[in-house]
Amino acid sequence: MVSTVVFWLAAAVAIVGAGGVLLAKHPVHSALSLVLNLAALGVLFLLLHAEFLAVVEILVYAGAVMVLFLFVVTLLMAGTKTPRDEGRFRLAYQYLLAGLFGLILFVLVAHALVGADWMSSLAATNAGGSFGSIAAFGTALFTKYLLPFELTAVVLLVAVIGVIFLGREHGATRK
Amino acid sequence: MAAVIIIVIKGLILAVLLLTAFGVLTLTERKVLGRFQFRPGPNRVGPGGSFQFLADGLKLMLKEEIIPNGADRFVFLLAPTISLVAALFAFAVIPWGPPIHLFGQTIPMEIGGPNVGILFLFAITSLGVYGLILGGWSSQNKYSLLGGLRSSAQIISYELAMGLSVVGVLIAAGSADLNNIVSAQTNLWFIVPQIIGFLIYVVCMVAETNRAPFDLPEAENELVAGYHTEYTGMKFAMFFMAEYINMVTVSSLATTLFLGGWHGPWLPPEIWFIIKVAAFMFFFIWLRATLPRLRYDRLMAFGWKVLLPVALANALATAVWVSVVAR
Amino acid sequence: MLTSYFPIALYFLVAVVIGVGVLGASRVMGPRKPNAAKLQTYECGVTPEGEVGPRFSVKFYLVAMLFMIFDVEAVSFYPWAVLMHQLRLFGLLEMALFVLVLGIGYAYVWKRGGFQWQE
Repeated sequence: MVSTVVFWLAAAVAIVGAGGVLLAKHPVHSALSLVLNLAALGVLFLLLHAEFLAVVEILVYAGAVMVLFLFVVTLLMAGTKTPRDEGRFRLAYQYLLAGLFGLILFVLVAHALVGADWMSSLAATNAGGSFGSIAAFGTALFTKYLLPFELTAVVLLVAVIGVIFLGREHGATRK
Repeated sequence: MAAVIIIVIKGLILAVLLLTAFGVLTLTERKVLGRFQFRPGPNRVGPGGSFQFLADGLKLMLKEEIIPNGADRFVFLLAPTISLVAALFAFAVIPWGPPIHLFGQTIPMEIGGPNVGILFLFAITSLGVYGLILGGWSSQNKYSLLGGLRSSAQIISYELAMGLSVVGVLIAAGSADLNNIVSAQTNLWFIVPQIIGFLIYVVCMVAETNRAPFDLPEAENELVAGYHTEYTGMKFAMFFMAEYINMVTVSSLATTLFLGGWHGPWLPPEIWFIIKVAAFMFFFIWLRATLPRLRYDRLMAFGWKVLLPVALANALATAVWVSVVAR
Repeated sequence: MLTSYFPIALYFLVAVVIGVGVLGASRVMGPRKPNAAKLQTYECGVTPEGEVGPRFSVKFYLVAMLFMIFDVEAVSFYPWAVLMHQLRLFGLLEMALFVLVLGIGYAYVWKRGGFQWQE
């Protein structure tokens, strides 16, 4: 009962946050709306008994990814005035492309929703006990999903190299 | 319904205690710093200056609220609120005593003890950095912006080593629930086997709270006052409150993880908890009186090149101990 | 499990009420007499000069990005640590491999001066 109310509240906040990302005039406000959205998603994870994921959602997305976003946005747009749309940074056919990718995403999500096995997923989350706890998550990660876990390290390694490549100083690349 | 009332009362008591601790700490800090420097410290308001913090609070309350020209009003007001709320909220999972039995009900001496307790605390404290970035940005002052930027870069750098320094404790306790971590220390405090983790944690906790010698955000000789230069009255005080409450929170976490939490002989457990936290607070003030401020490049290099690898090595060494040696 | 978060949610409301309350109280209680000099941003009493947005060192972005990457790594340590008593040697080897791969990245950043604030 309480969890239904919390679900609707969190869902509403998530949608408001998502709308804010698109509609806010200043990028800093967009980023803040995204933080709101991510916090609401954390609550939704919690309602699904995915306790560890809920906390990691806040810790990694709200605490690290969005901090990076804010770093970039506040430093590139240090003024509080809304930056003017000068048109020169627009991608070619951006509306068309956005519409196309939006449609693809919609079809994929719709397909997943229609094809989902709701009953067994519900049974899993209602199983209670240790489902979604840090130990249950770890057991799955370090046995069943061991290969994806080790591959994450490779993905992160690529990211690290990418960061250094992007952040290199011109003329200082060869030493 | 009774349960809800108990929780709300407990929450209010905790919040009031934290805010009182803030007031007492500001006074203690000024008094103790005074002693360190052979001067009396505040001694005019009340007996021995003991009402100074009330006078300060009242003064800040009655000050004019100034929002500088060109500031983003909403974000400007949001920044100190985020700082204070995150600071108050983070304390929710820290157990400050064993459960008590009152009116036929068992009341745990914490707000909530989730399975992922320590991660929850790290998640909430990591949100505190928004107050700094947003405060610096929305003020429309270049020094504020630079101060906010510096301190947030510092905080995120040390957050990593801090997160890794406690991994050894989690291995030893086999749980991330702070209550289990406390009960795992009934016989031996984790400071003994995890001394390296403890030392790294202590360095990081000082850096995380932007205290001396890591108080670069408030390097007043180069940045005026950093991210809160433009804040006046109570909004300035909110940043200040957040800083002191964060000090209490990280000290409490240190107590919980390494010093056996509320465990201790003879005295009631809550008193033991307060004594241990108070010792850390004194340590904070002592550091401020003793050490000069670090240079920024050294500070960043120390976090990334020393603390991070040592914390990682400590975690792996603990794992080796558990899985190979202590078999 | 959800019941353990119920008190935390209530306490969050208490914290928000206090945060907003303090903010509101100072708005109500403080005087309000703005003038042009007061509203100017403070640069030690000198009239502010130049733009608000100077150019910042790329190091700040580097630090934020590296933090994000290594934070993901750190997060995967927690479930591993909690399970160490069960996983034992197997877990140790798994994590050793994980750390080894990331160690290459760490060493690369070090070598390229990514942790060096000044050249």
